[in-house]
Amino acid sequence: MSILIYAEYAEGKFKKVALELASYAKKVAETLGTTVTAVTINAGDVSELSKYGVDKVLKVNNDKLSGFTAKAYADVIKQAAQKEASKLILLSSTTDSLYLSSLVAVALEAGFTSNVVGLPVSTSPFQVKRTAFSNKAFNTTEITTDIKILGLAKNSYGIFENASTLTQEDFNPTIGENDFGVKVESVEKGSGKVSIADADIVVSGGRGLKGPENWGMIEELASVLGAATACSKPVSDLGWRPHGEHVGQTGKPVATNLYIAIGISGAIQHIAGVNSSKVKVVINSDPEAPFFKVADYGIVGDAFEIVPKLIEKLKAFKAQHS
Amino acid sequence: MKILVCISHVPDTTSKINFTNGDSEFDTTGVQYVINPNDEFGLTRAIWFQEQQGATVTVVNVGGPETEPTLRKALAIGANEAIRINANPADGFFVAKQLAEVIKNGGYDIIIAGKESLDYNGGMVPGMIAGILGYNFLNSCVSLTVEGTNVKAVREIDGGKETVSTALPLIIGCQKGLVEEKDLRIPNMRGIMTARTKTLSIVEPITAEVNTKAVKFEKPAAKSAVKLISSDNLDELINLLHNEAKVI
Repeated sequence: MSILIYAEYAEGKFKKVALELASYAKKVAETLGTTVTAVTINAGDVSELSKYGVDKVLKVNNDKLSGFTAKAYADVIKQAAQKEASKLILLSSTTDSLYLSSLVAVALEAGFTSNVVGLPVSTSPFQVKRTAFSNKAFNTTEITTDIKILGLAKNSYGIFENASTLTQEDFNPTIGENDFGVKVESVEKGSGKVSIADADIVVSGGRGLKGPENWGMIEELASVLGAATACSKPVSDLGWRPHGEHVGQTGKPVATNLYIAIGISGAIQHIAGVNSSKVKVVINSDPEAPFFKVADYGIVGDAFEIVPKLIEKLKAFKAQHS
Repeated sequence: MKILVCISHVPDTTSKINFTNGDSEFDTTGVQYVINPNDEFGLTRAIWFQEQQGATVTVVNVGGPETEPTLRKALAIGANEAIRINANPADGFFVAKQLAEVIKNGGYDIIIAGKESLDYNGGMVPGMIAGILGYNFLNSCVSLTVEGTNVKAVREIDGGKETVSTALPLIIGCQKGLVEEKDLRIPNMRGIMTARTKTLSIVEPITAEVNTKAVKFEKPAAKSAVKLISSDNLDELINLLHNEAKVI
């Protein structure tokens, strides 16, 4: 009956979303009077999870699973849920977890709800709040099945320490050959750059920057802040920046702590994509730009003058506070 | 090669979102509906396969008669035929079960669906179809080529891309990048005229459980006004971000 979470691990550590998921699961487990079990795949040291309330870890170590394969990973999670007789399974909203969650839902005949924000509104009936209409609204969804799966929206709950005594157990689920119908041939990842998905801060540029040659200052500002870079839809449509950087309704959603929009007017589709970010700063020469209506802090002025000055000041600030 | 493109009928991306009936339903008053943008990228790629590799393209939607103009638009863009499954798309699992039934009966080689719809944003239908049918499945697909039954495709991952090989039959959840925005087609007069005579069949739904239901909607709370900071006083911005917002 334990709550099951899939704790994603990459590059030698648990992803932040895994710690957020553990924190969330612990809180729900306290309400329901149960415990939290995490399943991990080829993770190293798992003891960190006990800081966030995980009571038990099912450790899967299998060379066949060294690269992400949605079907095989979904199969592992399904078998872990069956082993623990879990009625509630919590997954994060990374690209990989979103990919596998619907497969887990079918395998367990579970009701699945994605983009969940906040703790359950009610546990009987089981109701959760989620974002809908591309962040332009929330909706409360009721799950009526015995087994339930929630996809927790990134950065929607937070990470909270809540120490527990952790038991670890090796787990060897059955992995079939038919789990590997999709084979990864190669992976291309920007090295040394923060991805939008992992970033706490995103610095984003729009058409106001006039051309791709002016992105140097966006990248420098991002680098000073340890931020990811992003852009508006017109910028990616014009080919100034890669599609992977396009944030908005038809691009990527951004749910960071700080979103800095430079030279972006703030079309409704762009705002929808960044609405879940906690603090929004806008720098734009047009005081009528719609982005000012949704931002927390705004500066009216020429980005080409402001951004270089801001970089210098932030460098000084960082030097002082590090 | 037979391709099925799953089409959601969604409010235009510029729509103002409001609710009615005690905040339990989406208010459709004055709302323009479109082909879900992620699905439209998929449809455009399907038409490319039709023109370059002789594929036939069927579009399908789960919905009432009010969604037919959206299917007709897909036909005007170039799809060969359309199917409407005559049911309220109650939840993702329900929709996936309806689509899986049509796919089983139709013998499609490639099933293309947007990775999520822009109304409910469930993001689960393509994966659920794959789960039900046991077909190969690639989500967040941004490139797709087919030779015989061999497939090369690219998936967007957090911070990069991944190239995969797989085989038909295949389901993809697609997004922008599969085709470019500039490749999207606006139906021309000839397309609109021929779309009127193309087959749009209506299929009755199978019995399927509904696992989740939306009980209430709400809009985000109104935001307090923006704090404007003079461009001569960037120290103040840094101070506010550090001490007030606590984000740097």
